[in-house]
Amino acid sequence: MTQKYRLDKKGYINRKKLISFKFNGKKYFGYEGDTLASALLANGVHLVGRSFKYHRPRGFIGAGVDEPNAKVQLYNKEDKNEPNVLATEVELVEGLTAKSQNCWPSVSFDFGAINNLFSKFFPAGFYYKTFMWPKNFWYRIYEPIIRKAAGLGVAPLKPDPDRYEHKFEYCDVLVAGSGPAGISSALAAAKNGAKVILAEEKPRFGGSLLSDEVTIGNKNGKDWADESISQLKSMPNVIVKNRSQVFGYYDHNMMVMIEKTKDHLEKPSKFIPRQRLWYIRAKEVVISTGSIERPLVFANNDRPGIMLASAAKEYMKVYGVLVGKKPIIFTNNDSAYDCAIEFKKNGIDPLVLDIRKSSDSSIVKEAKNLNIKIKFSHGVANSKGHLRVNSANIGKLNDSKSSYENLENVSCDCICVSGNWTPTVHLSSQSGNKLKFNDKIDAFIPNQSRQNETTIGSASGAFTLKKSLEDGFSKGYELSKKITGKDTKSLPPTSNERSSEEHDKFWCMPLPKGKHYKRFVDFQNDVAVSDIELAVREGFRSIEHVKRYTTLGMATDQGKTSNLNGLQLVSNVEKKIVPEVGHTTFRPPYNPVTIGAIVGREVGKNYRPTRKSPMHSWHEKNNAVFVDAGLWLRPRYYKQGNETLNDAAIREATNVRNNVGVCDVTSLGKIDIKGSDSAEFLNRVYTNAWMKLPVGKSRYGVMLREDGIVFDDGTTTRISEKHFHMTTTTAQAVNILAHLEYYLQVVWPELDVNVLSTTEQWAGAAVAGPNSRDLMGKLFPNLDVSNETLPFMGFKEEDLFGVPARIFRISFSGELAYEINVESGYGIFMWEKIMELGKEMNIEPYGTEALSTLRIEMGHVAGSEIDGRVISSDLSLEGMLSKKKDFIGKRSLNREAFINPDREKIVGVVPLDRKTMIPEGSHLVKDNKSSLPNPKLGHISASCWSVEYNNPFSLAILKEGKKRIGEKLYALSPLKNKSIPVEIVSSHYVDPKGERVRS
Amino acid sequence: MLEIKCPYCGKRSQNEFSYGGDASVKRPALEKEISDKEWDDFVYFRKNPRGKHLELWHHVSGCRQWFKVSRDTTTHEIHETSKINEEL
Repeated sequence: MTQKYRLDKKGYINRKKLISFKFNGKKYFGYEGDTLASALLANGVHLVGRSFKYHRPRGFIGAGVDEPNAKVQLYNKEDKNEPNVLATEVELVEGLTAKSQNCWPSVSFDFGAINNLFSKFFPAGFYYKTFMWPKNFWYRIYEPIIRKAAGLGVAPLKPDPDRYEHKFEYCDVLVAGSGPAGISSALAAAKNGAKVILAEEKPRFGGSLLSDEVTIGNKNGKDWADESISQLKSMPNVIVKNRSQVFGYYDHNMMVMIEKTKDHLEKPSKFIPRQRLWYIRAKEVVISTGSIERPLVFANNDRPGIMLASAAKEYMKVYGVLVGKKPIIFTNNDSAYDCAIEFKKNGIDPLVLDIRKSSDSSIVKEAKNLNIKIKFSHGVANSKGHLRVNSANIGKLNDSKSSYENLENVSCDCICVSGNWTPTVHLSSQSGNKLKFNDKIDAFIPNQSRQNETTIGSASGAFTLKKSLEDGFSKGYELSKKITGKDTKSLPPTSNERSSEEHDKFWCMPLPKGKHYKRFVDFQNDVAVSDIELAVREGFRSIEHVKRYTTLGMATDQGKTSNLNGLQLVSNVEKKIVPEVGHTTFRPPYNPVTIGAIVGREVGKNYRPTRKSPMHSWHEKNNAVFVDAGLWLRPRYYKQGNETLNDAAIREATNVRNNVGVCDVTSLGKIDIKGSDSAEFLNRVYTNAWMKLPVGKSRYGVMLREDGIVFDDGTTTRISEKHFHMTTTTAQAVNILAHLEYYLQVVWPELDVNVLSTTEQWAGAAVAGPNSRDLMGKLFPNLDVSNETLPFMGFKEEDLFGVPARIFRISFSGELAYEINVESGYGIFMWEKIMELGKEMNIEPYGTEALSTLRIEMGHVAGSEIDGRVISSDLSLEGMLSKKKDFIGKRSLNREAFINPDREKIVGVVPLDRKTMIPEGSHLVKDNKSSLPNPKLGHISASCWSVEYNNPFSLAILKEGKKRIGEKLYALSPLKNKSIPVEIVSSHYVDPKGERVRS
Repeated sequence: MLEIKCPYCGKRSQNEFSYGGDASVKRPALEKEISDKEWDDFVYFRKNPRGKHLELWHHVSGCRQWFKVSRDTTTHEIHETSKINEEL
């Protein structure tokens, strides 16, 4: 239970609540309020993983989102696991189980570390240079091995069992980051009436105030932060969120934020989602994301125990954890002295090595007064130790800092480094802000805003508390005033902090003479100084190219700690200055985001809406097997006993041909067209003539796109002089409506026509078969259903036992058929009436599979023929093209390819053996033994078992199709390994003269 | 995600709209004799300007009105939107 490195009393953890957890199979204890990282460090565990390429032992470098090394795989009881989680971001909960990644068999003995011995052979670009030959070895051998050896965690094999939510929010001012600048601006804006959202990525608010020795007003920094947060939380116009990271800045101030809602809870309610993704449209964005400390670079600077000074300080102040008991503080600036003083206060004697010749700042004086040992002009040349640093080779730099005057070995158990601070400009850069280089701090800061964003605090390069508070209050006020027009100004409180002097720009230590140790710049991707030097030597000049060649900054941490050092290095090698080298692009997300959170609730059946017909419940009760038709669920067949799909389709289709069947056709697109120019409009959008269609008649029509390709087909009925009812295919219903609206609103606004989708307002049933007229007579006893009064393409309105109904005598099945429409609410009533009265005529419902069978053997085209590649004549619909009037797409029809007499045509195909079904998509070829590529003459678009002839029948689109009727070809389906001898026949296989529909 | 001001409904997020192409393209009048080139220009050829672009959008998950948008293709800034019959 002892936590050897835990300080007494320090930190903001809850010492009353002890928590047990497992790391790499071993049980440890921590406290509520710990992160996995702080709890491991409290137990003296620094070794957390192995590096990406060389499998070198690695430990914690940071204490938050900047951590490059401590990626772990999390496991929980429900057999769920998650790779690549930052141990510095995981809050400790009882029973948490984590493992190191990228090591085998264990983190302390890793077989892959053999790569380190051969590291000379793995320089930048190694893969590009080595695995080029033999060519086919890449996919088969090299890549799988490299993938296994290099890499991060293991992707879980099971679906994510957690629930994620999306939330949309609007606000006046979004403040990203709750440090002193963020809190100040949120306070000022909220007090001036603005609707404010304040987001903090960590569990605790306050940012640097949690670990800095400062006072604001008459309080210490943390108390001021806590008090201000409570004040903000009490205001109705403010949303305050912790564990919430704004990770993306998109167009028009669309901000995306991820909120962690569940993982930190010991016993979460099942109604709590794991994470919540917020889409926030903010009128103004305040970026107060702070800054990240840069490491110093020296030989073997990646050993466990070597970390950022600010992280060491945060572990002491926030978690009461010592990262070591024999620390070396290695710095080129004043800020690391905070860390040294904190060690001293906790009874530990640090050794400070300062690259600078001297510093007279108040903080250095304070350190001297505390008798902290400081060596100026000194630095770490090399570190030693196996799985943890145990000593450092330190030395005095010569005047030019090119080598050491002397070197000595000093034992230590941690080295806390500070190479000054890098403003976190990711969000500013994502917003389109062109960054500029600030020579004073050696880093990029935001410059000219392109969207409504303002960066303040240390994210803008202002590293003093005073300036952060002042900027926060003044910007919060100004921005809110712009939006609310109100004028309540709040003034910043007074503050006290340690003053600092300038840093030394030197940060990359020379190697000890004659040594070739690795000096790491990018820890996560194992990019060392020598790799970058090699890239520049090999001619890579653009920083974007250097990045891709060396993989500098390309890891999941996006180079938060490494980018600037890398840029500096390229500049040094090229003898340029950093602004000339420029910087690589910052892209969202700032930090990796779980895919589940991005997907949200749109998984499985919730991926898109499901549309059901009003008769759906009846279909379900009657054993319908459904099929997706766009968004619609349609009955594919009604299963009886042990029937297969084919059995059922044949049974249902046969019953239509012999008796009568009923099919749910509700999903067909229906568009109501009204207005005095309706007929003229139809005349323009359809290829055939519509002006003379009498009231009470339907007509089949084909629509083209402007490029002459067939768009859709369907029947349209004239309900009255100025009122039409259009039907479209299920698939194109949505597109056709937008198409019609476009022509009415944009192209021909002078037409007096209105269109409205009525697809969901009408329930539709197709009654088809030789007995359908008798059935119609029973359904509508007052209606004369004779062929004379209600002929093919006729239309009537009549009551169905009191329910108003529309009756269309149209047929897709090729049989004598009627379509009945009633208002959706009466759909079930209509359906049950049809079934009830049809019983004596042997009625059976039929699904889409039987419907396809019926239309295929009749040669009626559908979506599989109208596939966006055919013109009317390909479908033998050239007779539908009016010569007397213009219509959409007509001018395209005289294009050379469209008038070629050898074009494809629709034909029928029958296998010679009259037994083998031809797979849809098969290619038609002359010779099945020809060498590849075998010249393709056409393809099978739809296949069925013809119930009329009791043999397979297919439709095909075939070159010079009509001329080939009677010819013998082969249908090849390499996917199904089939080669079927076939004969070409007419596409109108059944009832070629269309007598049945008119009977 | 862009925020687009529908002239009928006000500002809404982009996912309510669908893009409808260059608003300056005019369909040749019906029945008019035109050259192949004129027709090809209408059907196939579009400018791809850097900067200001006049385009059509359809408020497809809203009021279903087509309208005009003046947008910068590099910055995505939307200068103005208008009804179809208004000048932009």
